[in-house]
Amino acid sequence: MAETITATTEQVLTPKDFATDQEIRWCPGCGDYSILKQVHTILPQLGLKQENIVFISGIGCSSRFPYYTETFGMHSIHGRATAVASGLKAARPDLSVWIVTGDGDGLSIGGNHTIHLLRRNFDVNILLFNNEIYGLTKGQYSPTSPENKVAKSTPFGSIDHPFNPIALALGADATFVARSMDRDPAHLQNMLLRSYKHSGSSFLEIYQNCNIFNDMAFESYTEKSTKKDEALFMVQSQPLVFGANNEKGIKLDGFKPVIVNLEEGASKNDLWIHDEKDMVKAQIISRFFDHVDFEGHLPRPFGVFYQTARPTYEEMMSQQISQVIANKGLGKLDKLIAGGETWIIE
Amino acid sequence: MADQITIQELEEAVIKFAGDSGDGMQLTGTQFTNNSALFGNDLGTFPDFPAEIRAPIGTVAGVSGFQLHFGSKEIYTPGDICDVLVVMNSAALKANINNIKKGGIIIANTAGFDAKNLKLANMTSNALEDDSLSNYQLIKMDITRMTRESITDLQLGMKEKDRCKNMFVLGFLYWMYNREMDNTIKFLNEKFGKKPEVLEANIRVLKAGYSYGDTTEQFTTRYKVDKAVMPAGTYRSIMGNQATALGLVAASKKSGLPLFLGSYPITPASDILHDLAKYKSFGVKTFQAEDEIAAITSAIGASFGGSLAVTTTSGPGMALKAEALGLATVLEIPLVIINVQRGGPSTGLPTKTEQADLFQAYYGRNGECPIPIVAAQSPSDCFNAVFEACRISVQHMIPVILLTDGYIANGAEPWRFPKESELAEIKIEFAKPMAEGEKFMPYARDEKLSRPWAIPGTKGLEHRIGGLEKQNITGNISYEPENHEFMVKLREEKVDRIANYIPEQKIDSGPAKGKLLVLGWGGTYGALKAAVRQLNEEGFDIAHAQLRHMRPFPKNLGEILNNYDKILIPEINNGQLVKIIRDKYFIDAMAYNKIQGLPFFKSELMDKIREILK
Repeated sequence: MAETITATTEQVLTPKDFATDQEIRWCPGCGDYSILKQVHTILPQLGLKQENIVFISGIGCSSRFPYYTETFGMHSIHGRATAVASGLKAARPDLSVWIVTGDGDGLSIGGNHTIHLLRRNFDVNILLFNNEIYGLTKGQYSPTSPENKVAKSTPFGSIDHPFNPIALALGADATFVARSMDRDPAHLQNMLLRSYKHSGSSFLEIYQNCNIFNDMAFESYTEKSTKKDEALFMVQSQPLVFGANNEKGIKLDGFKPVIVNLEEGASKNDLWIHDEKDMVKAQIISRFFDHVDFEGHLPRPFGVFYQTARPTYEEMMSQQISQVIANKGLGKLDKLIAGGETWIIE
Repeated sequence: MADQITIQELEEAVIKFAGDSGDGMQLTGTQFTNNSALFGNDLGTFPDFPAEIRAPIGTVAGVSGFQLHFGSKEIYTPGDICDVLVVMNSAALKANINNIKKGGIIIANTAGFDAKNLKLANMTSNALEDDSLSNYQLIKMDITRMTRESITDLQLGMKEKDRCKNMFVLGFLYWMYNREMDNTIKFLNEKFGKKPEVLEANIRVLKAGYSYGDTTEQFTTRYKVDKAVMPAGTYRSIMGNQATALGLVAASKKSGLPLFLGSYPITPASDILHDLAKYKSFGVKTFQAEDEIAAITSAIGASFGGSLAVTTTSGPGMALKAEALGLATVLEIPLVIINVQRGGPSTGLPTKTEQADLFQAYYGRNGECPIPIVAAQSPSDCFNAVFEACRISVQHMIPVILLTDGYIANGAEPWRFPKESELAEIKIEFAKPMAEGEKFMPYARDEKLSRPWAIPGTKGLEHRIGGLEKQNITGNISYEPENHEFMVKLREEKVDRIANYIPEQKIDSGPAKGKLLVLGWGGTYGALKAAVRQLNEEGFDIAHAQLRHMRPFPKNLGEILNNYDKILIPEINNGQLVKIIRDKYFIDAMAYNKIQGLPFFKSELMDKIREILK
C-alpha cells in the first residue's frame, strides 16, 4: 500500500525527463540514436527515481551515452566501465547500474573485466553496442569484425577470427544473455525491460549500425527484404520458426540443428521449442553464427538465449558481512587495534 | 654445571635465524620477537626471504632469514650485522657469513652440513670442520638428531618430526637469553590445538632445546637484555602491513564512510588485503579484482558511490593503474592508492625493499597529473600515514598515493597504539539534495578548491563525470584551449593548497641549524635516526628530518633546508627525492644511494656522514 501511495504522489517521469542539456554528438544516422531513444522510453517504466540510476561507460562512440541521459553517470576509461560498475554495485547495491559499452571497449580492451563481471553476477545491465568496427578511432576492424574484413588497419582483409559475443557470455556463465538490434525498437525495448528485470548480470548484445565506417553490416537482419529469412526471433516455449510466412523451422537432429520447411511436409510438432532455461540448447543456438554468405548457414537468433537464477555478488557480499556481524557482533575499533597480545609499560 | 654459568648483561643484541625456506625461520623469528616485545624490549625486525615459495631445498637461493634487533635502549633498526647467527644448513651460512660480526656466535645445525648439503650450497669444504670460522664462537649441534630423539615415541612421520626442529633452536635461544617460553607454548596451543600429536611434538622439542642449554656443560655464558625504558602505555607488536590495514579501518570509522578495498594479489602488499578481508564485522568490503586495473577502477566506482575507497599494490601494479589514476584526478574524487614498494623495474625483486617508485608516484601518468603523496616511515607509522592519506583524500576530493615499502611492511616493532577516542575525526559532508529548479554544479569549489562529493541516490544531484577535460564549475566537457590550461593549473593549485592543511616539517634529531641536515623519506627513518643520534653523541653538529608529506611538501621545508650548510639525502634508489628537492629549491643537495634490495645500515650512513664532514 505504501508503495502505491508513494507512486501516486511522486511525479510521473516521461522519456523527456531523461534527456540532458548536452548536444548529442553522434554522427547523423548512427544506430546509437535509436538505442538512446529506446532506453529513454523504457526508463520511466521501471518505477525508479532518476537519482537511483547510474549509467557507466568506457570509451568509444557508444560510451558517450551517459552524457545524454539525465541520471548519475560516469564516462570512464577504455574497457573499464564493467570494473567501475562492479565496485559501485558492490558498494551500493541499492542503485540500478547500467553499463554502456561496445565491441572494442567491452570485448577487446575490456574483455577481461566483461567475463569476470559475468561470472560474479553483479546485478547490472550490460548494453553491448556491437557495430563490428572501431568507430571513434575512425574505422579499424574490431574483435567482432568478420574474417576478411577490409578496414583501415586491414587493407588486405582481416585475418582475425571474430568473437561470438553470445557464446562468450555463456562461456563466462552469464545468467542472462540476449541479443537485439537498433532497428527493431519494439524488440529492443522488450529486451531492455527483460534485462532490467533480471536479477544478476544481464548481457544484452545490440547490433548497431555504424553508417560511417561499417554501414549495413547487419542489413540482412534489419532490412525488410531479408530480415524474415535471416533473423530468427526466439520466443519462450514457442517453436523456432522464421521465413516470410514463418514457413521455416529449426529441428534438432541429435545435437545438430537443421532447417526444415513446414510447407514441404515438416511438422511443427518436431520443431525445437525454445527454452531459455536450457543451457545445452542455449549453447547450441548461440552457435548460429555463420556469415550470411556461407552456404547452408542458419538464421541469426534474436531474443533471450538463456536466463538462470544465481545469487548476485553484492547480495552474497552483504550477507557475509551480516553473518559475521550476527556471529561476532559489530567490530570494536579499540579491540581491533590492540590485537592479540599487549603489554603495559609503567 | 649451572653455577659455573655467568650471565652477561647486554644493552642490545642482534640475532638472525637463517635456514631453508621450509625450515620455519620466519615463525621462529616472529616468536622470539613477540617474546622480546612482551618482555619489554624495544626492537626492530627484518624478514628476508626468497621470492620462490619453495626454492630448491638446500640451495643459497632458498635461504630464508629473519633478523631481530632488541634492546634495553631505543632501537630504530633491525641492526646492521648480527651478534648471533643461527644457520640450519650450509647454504644459510654461505648466504649470511658477511652478516655476522667478528667474534659473534654462530649456532650451526651439523645435520645441515653433510656432503649433500655442502654440495647444494656449492661449498667445497665443511666450514664447521676447517678453520674458516675461527674468528667466531662456533656452537655446533645436531639439531635434526636431537629433535628426532626427543619425540621418538610419537606417531609422526619423519618429515613431520623434522618440521619441529625450529622449535629446538627457539628453545635454545630462550635459554641463552633467559626467557620464559609461555607465549610460544600458548601460540602452539592455538596453532596446533586440533592436532594433539603435532602440538605435543612442538612443545617437547621447544623444551628440549631449552634443556639442552641448561644441561650441557658446553655453554658458560647466558645473556640478559633488560626491559627498555619506553614511554608509559600499552603496547603491541605491529608489522607495517597490519598497521596499514588497521589505519584504514580507523579512518573508515572516524570518517563514518564505509571502507571498500579493490585489490589484486601482489607481493609485498597482499597482507593488507588478507587483513581487511577478515574485518567484516566493521562492514569492510574487500574485492579481489581480476587484475590491477579492475582493482583501482572498482575502487573508483565505490568512491563515486560514497565509500572510502582504497586500492593496494606494489610497483608493477602501480604501473598498470596509471591510466585510472589520471581518471581519478580528472574526476576529482577521493581514492587512496597504497604502493608497498619493492625492487624494480619490471618484476624486479618482489620480496626485497626499494624506494624507487617515488618518481612513478610523482610523474608516472600521461598529461599533467599531480597527485598528493604521503610516505610511511616505520611499521607502526603506517597506521598514521594511511590515516593521513585518507583524511587528505576525502577532505580535498583527490586521489592520494601512500608509499610504504617491503622493509617496513614486513618489519615489526613495538607500538604504543592509540585509543579510538584519541584519533581525530575526519569530517566530510556529502552534497545535499537540491530543490526543484536548482541546478547542481558538480565542479563548483570551496576554499580548498575541492568540489562537492555528490553521491548517487541524492535527489537533484544527477550529473555526469568522466575522463574528458572538464569545464570548471559546470563539469561539462570542454575542449576550449584556455579552459584546458586553466584546469591543468587549477588541479596543480589544488594539490599545492593541501600544504595549508598539513603540519609543518619538524627536525627529528639534532640542532635547528648546523653543518648538515640528513633528509630522508619513508622507511629509511630508523637507520637515519640511529646514525644521526649516534653522531650527535659523538659531537657532530648534524640534524635529521624525515618527510611524511612528499607532495606537496610542508610549507617550511625550504626554510629548513636553508638552515644547514649541507643537505644529504640518502635513499634506497638511484636518487629520486634528491632530484625533486634540487629542482624545487635550487639547492645543491647531495645524494647517497643504496640499491641492493636492502635497507641502510647505520654504520654505512655514519661512514658517509663522517666523510662529508671531514
